[in-house]
Amino acid sequence: MDRLLFLTVDGLSRGAVYAAFALALVLIWRGTRIVNFAQGVMAVVTAYVAYSVAGVTGSYWVGFAAGLLGGLVLGAVVERVVMRRVEQAPPLNAVIVALGLVLVGQGVLGMIYGNQYLPFPAPFSRTAMTVAGVPLLSRYDVFVFGTVLTLMLVLAVLFTRTATGLRMRAAAFAPQVARLLGVNVGGLLTLGWTLAALVGALAGMLTIPTGLGLHPTAMDLVFVSAFTAAVVGGLDSPVGAVVGGLVVGLVLSYVGGYLGSGTTPLAVLVLLVAVLLVRPSGLFSGTQARRV
Amino acid sequence: MRHSTLVRHLALTVLSAVVLLAATVALDPFRDYQLATAGAYLCAAAGLTVLTGLNGQLSLGHGALMAVGAYTVALVQNRFGAATPWTLPVSLSAGVGAAAAAGAVIGVAAARLRGPYLAGLTLVVAVAVPAVATVFGGVFHGDQGLPVYLPPAPAALGPDFPFERWQAWLALAAALLTLLVLANLVGGRFGRTLRAVRDDEVAARLAGVSVARTQVLAFVVSAACAGLGGGVFAVLAQSVSPGAFALTLSLNLLLAVVVGGLGSLTGAVWGSLLLVLLPYLTDSLTGGLSLPPALAQRLAGNLPLSMFGLLLIVVMIAAPGGIQGLLNRAGRWARRSRERRPAGRVDASTHEAEPPAPVASRT
Repeated sequence: MDRLLFLTVDGLSRGAVYAAFALALVLIWRGTRIVNFAQGVMAVVTAYVAYSVAGVTGSYWVGFAAGLLGGLVLGAVVERVVMRRVEQAPPLNAVIVALGLVLVGQGVLGMIYGNQYLPFPAPFSRTAMTVAGVPLLSRYDVFVFGTVLTLMLVLAVLFTRTATGLRMRAAAFAPQVARLLGVNVGGLLTLGWTLAALVGALAGMLTIPTGLGLHPTAMDLVFVSAFTAAVVGGLDSPVGAVVGGLVVGLVLSYVGGYLGSGTTPLAVLVLLVAVLLVRPSGLFSGTQARRV
Repeated sequence: MRHSTLVRHLALTVLSAVVLLAATVALDPFRDYQLATAGAYLCAAAGLTVLTGLNGQLSLGHGALMAVGAYTVALVQNRFGAATPWTLPVSLSAGVGAAAAAGAVIGVAAARLRGPYLAGLTLVVAVAVPAVATVFGGVFHGDQGLPVYLPPAPAALGPDFPFERWQAWLALAAALLTLLVLANLVGGRFGRTLRAVRDDEVAARLAGVSVARTQVLAFVVSAACAGLGGGVFAVLAQSVSPGAFALTLSLNLLLAVVVGGLGSLTGAVWGSLLLVLLPYLTDSLTGGLSLPPALAQRLAGNLPLSMFGLLLIVVMIAAPGGIQGLLNRAGRWARRSRERRPAGRVDASTHEAEPPAPVASRT
């Protein structure tokens, strides 16, 4: 019973990160109808930025801030320089270009830092605190929950309560009309990518300390888990992405805890196939018309 | 008409076989091995270009399908390989069969999916399948992998016959066979059906094509080719391990077909050669610079990787038709400038079909 409780908390903590990462995917999908397959490698790049800055300054938090800033810049650069050129092209092209970014990112990181795992410590203890005799959650888990929750509140306020958020939604759902009404659609797309890269960077820095360490491919499994989470939620729905993230986190935690951690990639596959076969449009999407 | 296509393809295959045979004899064992590696890539890339280029289904999981083929070959070879030298064709066929079966399973799921969903599913396949080797460590020996038993070259070839040349013969034979079969498949009714489904599913359905069946069939054919490629890989390396079939392999295959020219079998040939040559060129380039060993080690795999990525992006943005598309364009331009002169006449048979621009199924 203790183990179940522990795995549940661990799963929710993982799930919070997957939720944030899935949210970044959903942000870009809603704006441009592109699934950003380079999201994982962009997050790794920012984590390496954080690692380098933290190494130079000796402060985790300066590195953390530098990582977030790096995410902002990277998102804007990737959208402006590369992805903008394939936004009007068939969807296959955007996927292929994003995968090209994955290869470039992993290759360049490997050239600079080498292909070994670098230590990326957590800023707080990861030993679980004991509540009423049961080891429950660590300070780091609290930090993760707090950060992700804050992030979601900020995004929710941004999208539903501010004029910029309204313009972003308008640019995503009716770009032509929005443009006629004087909305700078191109600029808002860049803003969307920037925000998504920021969220991805945050998720990356939160999840890497819980894994083997920093490596050019450190986010591959996180990316596929988050993609699964986004698909569970229906790719179009931010709420769905959060719920999907928590579901995927819990499932992976239970499977890893009871069947051995090597089975988690297979569990992701089974979960994704099951969702796609039973409800391909996700659990949170409304009815969708396929354009013919 | 169909008969003549088959004859033409057969003649072309025999001609290529003769040229390649001469090449393997002329080249040293190291080059032979490089040629053999390109042959192994080519089996899988040819299958992928049919699936992605002609049927519009993007698969990022072909590296995993190669792993299925390779592990099957390894298991069969190690069990029966020592008994008779004729086990190799059987175990390669088993590898093809296993990969085709895996492809059928993925294909059934894929036929219901469009665009990014399909790409995501196959990406998860590519990440998850190597984990099978660790989970069932008793059979597959985890990260260490399995050795692959390969009998020595036939004694009739002489005692000094280089083993690498024998491997090159095996790999190139497999590649030529794949190309022959695929060229005939896509040149006929099946190829037209594939393209019809890619270009307009509704129109294809109205014309009596079963869209789902075509998509599953395309996946099975493509997976079978990947399985053969993986099996040949196992035979070349004489070992299989999950590390060799990581996500990067799938992305490299995608690179080969995109840069070569999506949908074109000739393009797959260019792409496979590129996969072997580019790392070799960068290695000899960095080797000539006498860099410090630590830096040289970091550059070793990573410089080609980032160049592959860059190439993928640039080709997709600037020349989506790839190398073969550029060649066709150059050919057309040359013909046009010849036509302008009154004497110039163009033989109708030299008109090649332009490789189609990559189009994904609609969402």
